[in-house]
Amino acid sequence: MSADGDVSIHNFSQFGRHKAPQQRYDLVVVGAGGAGLAAATAAAKAGRSVLVVDEHPIDPGLIGLDVPYLFGGRATSAVQTPDRLVEQIFAARPALEAAAEAGVELELGVSCWGLYVNGPNLQTLASPVIGLANLEKAWMVGFDQAVIATGARDLVLGFPGWDQPGVMGAQGFASLIDLYDAFAGRKVVILGTTDLALQTAERAVAKGLEVVALIEAGDAVQGDKARAAALNIPIHLKTLPVGARGGIDGVEHLTLRPVGGGETFDIACDTVVMALGLVPQIELLDAAGAKITRDAKLGGFVPQVAADGATSLKGVRALGDVTGVAQAGDAYVETWMRALMANTPAETMLCQCEEVTRGDLLDLRPPRYLGEPSETMRRQSLTRLADDGPVNQDQIKRLTRACMGPCQARRCREQTALAMAIGTDTPLASVPLAGYRAPVRPLPLKVIAETAEPADLKMNWDVWFGVPEQWVPYPAIDTPEEPDHVAYISATKYLK
Amino acid sequence: MSGQELPSGASVVIVGAGVTGLSTAWWLARSGVSVVVLDKGVIGMEASGRNGGGCSHYQSPLFAEEQRLWPMMDELLGYPTEHQSGKIIFGITEQQVDYYKYIAKCIRAHGARVDDLNGDDIRRLVPLAGDNALAGFRAYTGGQANPQRTVQAYAWALRDHGGQVFQHTPAIGFERAADGKVLSVITPRGTIGCDHVLLASGPNLPQLAALLDIDVPAAPARAEMIVTEPCPLMDLRGVDGNGLYGRQTARGNLAYGGGPHEWMPDLEPDGPKARPTTPLVRNLAARVAGLFPKAAHLRVIRSWAGVVETTPDGRPILDRLEHPGNVTIATMSGVGFGLSPASGHALRDLIVDGACSFTDISKLRLSRFEGLDPDWRRQKGWIHAVAQEFTGQAALAS
Repeated sequence: MSADGDVSIHNFSQFGRHKAPQQRYDLVVVGAGGAGLAAATAAAKAGRSVLVVDEHPIDPGLIGLDVPYLFGGRATSAVQTPDRLVEQIFAARPALEAAAEAGVELELGVSCWGLYVNGPNLQTLASPVIGLANLEKAWMVGFDQAVIATGARDLVLGFPGWDQPGVMGAQGFASLIDLYDAFAGRKVVILGTTDLALQTAERAVAKGLEVVALIEAGDAVQGDKARAAALNIPIHLKTLPVGARGGIDGVEHLTLRPVGGGETFDIACDTVVMALGLVPQIELLDAAGAKITRDAKLGGFVPQVAADGATSLKGVRALGDVTGVAQAGDAYVETWMRALMANTPAETMLCQCEEVTRGDLLDLRPPRYLGEPSETMRRQSLTRLADDGPVNQDQIKRLTRACMGPCQARRCREQTALAMAIGTDTPLASVPLAGYRAPVRPLPLKVIAETAEPADLKMNWDVWFGVPEQWVPYPAIDTPEEPDHVAYISATKYLK
Repeated sequence: MSGQELPSGASVVIVGAGVTGLSTAWWLARSGVSVVVLDKGVIGMEASGRNGGGCSHYQSPLFAEEQRLWPMMDELLGYPTEHQSGKIIFGITEQQVDYYKYIAKCIRAHGARVDDLNGDDIRRLVPLAGDNALAGFRAYTGGQANPQRTVQAYAWALRDHGGQVFQHTPAIGFERAADGKVLSVITPRGTIGCDHVLLASGPNLPQLAALLDIDVPAAPARAEMIVTEPCPLMDLRGVDGNGLYGRQTARGNLAYGGGPHEWMPDLEPDGPKARPTTPLVRNLAARVAGLFPKAAHLRVIRSWAGVVETTPDGRPILDRLEHPGNVTIATMSGVGFGLSPASGHALRDLIVDGACSFTDISKLRLSRFEGLDPDWRRQKGWIHAVAQEFTGQAALAS
């Protein structure tokens, strides 16, 4: 194999290994929401070959993991048979039909777990590609242009009991109500009074559900006041959830406490919907190396985009909510998190997957499987680490394991950053983004695997760099035995 | 300690807060030497915190010291490293088995106990293995640890002994005496005087050493790993094979790497601009599922890449240079994590005593590359190569 005429590139490198996939489109669109379908339909009408993929109906296993939204264990058994939900999704999104009629190829129940384009330190792809998967297998698709229209997910803040069924997010709620018609609750409390919260309440009421109350840690309704009044639902201002209690089916009561002290009181409910904010789902773009900026009013970290949605990645545009969703901003979210940190115990769960509490994070406590921390370890803390330089979420997650679990930090990423900022008295905006990694959906080994290893890869696969001299025992170096070792390693380690 | 002021001087200044630099600093601080470590970014954020965690390096002159130290490291450092002794390697093809027999022989040459394993032995010892497990071995030396926890443990233990680490503080130059000796290291935050300087900056060591007119041949490359969700712990978690390196973590995740890497252009002083992964995740997943058929249902939750340097013979350079006399250079040639307790000891000895006290490392001197053709990367094909991108017929107007 050679890069140009006179240089033979080392066989054990990636050069030449990343082939262009058979399947290729002028345009691939990830996400069949309004923005994605509009772009797809327009391109198809202009004669382009267009593929749209959308992960709904979601793998039931992922719904249980709260991927991509906080479903909170409140889906009916309807989600266990995703195939039967396709018709329901078509009914809920008429633009799908129109896109299909315009010639767009639609793949529902297909998730996009990776976006790969050449850029700094990756120059060996023969084509820009996306990685796709359904329940059984994964495959790659090449493209000239891509539109990432992955929308937004739920902003999640923990309070005691939030890790039981019945505590969910506004996006999870909306998808179960509108997209799947598969919501299992009846009696709902909504956290927040933003327009998102008001919209969530209206959605619930329209569905015939009972909305018992809206809870607001701040001292005023955040969203449209008239819209809030029209709901005719009790709104508890300067109030916090301090406990969700329930039984085998999850939440039965939410315990509330006035911020700043006072008597707690209970509200009977089976569902608590967090509607404090939305988080743009930038993971494909960030993992692919797109330039990311931070805008609190748009939901935090967002891709840097031109007017037409062009990202810093060649041929890749971002459209719709992934580029940002207008919302209250850092101060509002910080008000909530500060109140929760002041009024709920340090034992409150932060990371459900890895069972890391908020106190564990602030103490920088090693995970519990390592047993009781040593005397020296007990002297360390997040604030002490902050003396060594600005707190970095990627570093903290490696030490505490918060954000390291199978939900890929969808339930704890933002609240970890908030707790780090508040715990070290650092502005939230100065906490760097914890990097996203592919696969951005957790996929079984047997699903994501390329089952038949390509022959050229098999021939040139080494555990490390394909340098046999590296593994010659030290005493043999520079002795007559050395060539024998090199020959034996080469003969057995690599296929011929 | 970025809030703190850079001290005016230290006996030893180390450039690079990876495992090699931090371990050396810790060894020096334990000996009562004043030491400061500088890093362009965050402690262990490059390859030192991104590797497979293996601690089994039969090929190294540091092997015996590596094996002696690891079981004591938690206690010596005062912080957990998640180290576990013991190692199983097994093959699922005849050729792999042949190669693993060679490794077993090399480990036995150290006088260490190694048991041969047949398929049934493997299935008994490795619950995730399947019917395809052919043969392999179990070594009672070797083992694995958590790189991320270990690198921080070095940094904390260093501080407990009075040493200092300055993050976000790259070395950008040196002040030198007329005889060439390094007087101080220049950083954007000021200049720090030193009696001795250790260059342990990994993939950008060539560029750093070039500032002192020292030619270090090492080529940077990007390598990739994947990790699954946790599963029940195996008794012995240091298990690999099937062309993979890696381990089951103390949490239960399967973390494995292997396969092709990508040669990179020379690095800038501020390090790699990006550490992208590729669709190789699919091939790594297939190899892990091949090694552990009973784990094939586990979800892959992350992949990552790290940037490492490789010398022309793939072996470390650990050398206190004769000229200018107060400069030591260290690269482990991409295989540094597991050997770090021992490499730090050896480098401490070189810096303080002028020679390694516990083993011969003379074959790891830089001088072995004297006369190396400057075009060596090209000759070996270890060069940054750009793929010819396939372009489709229709360009879409944006």
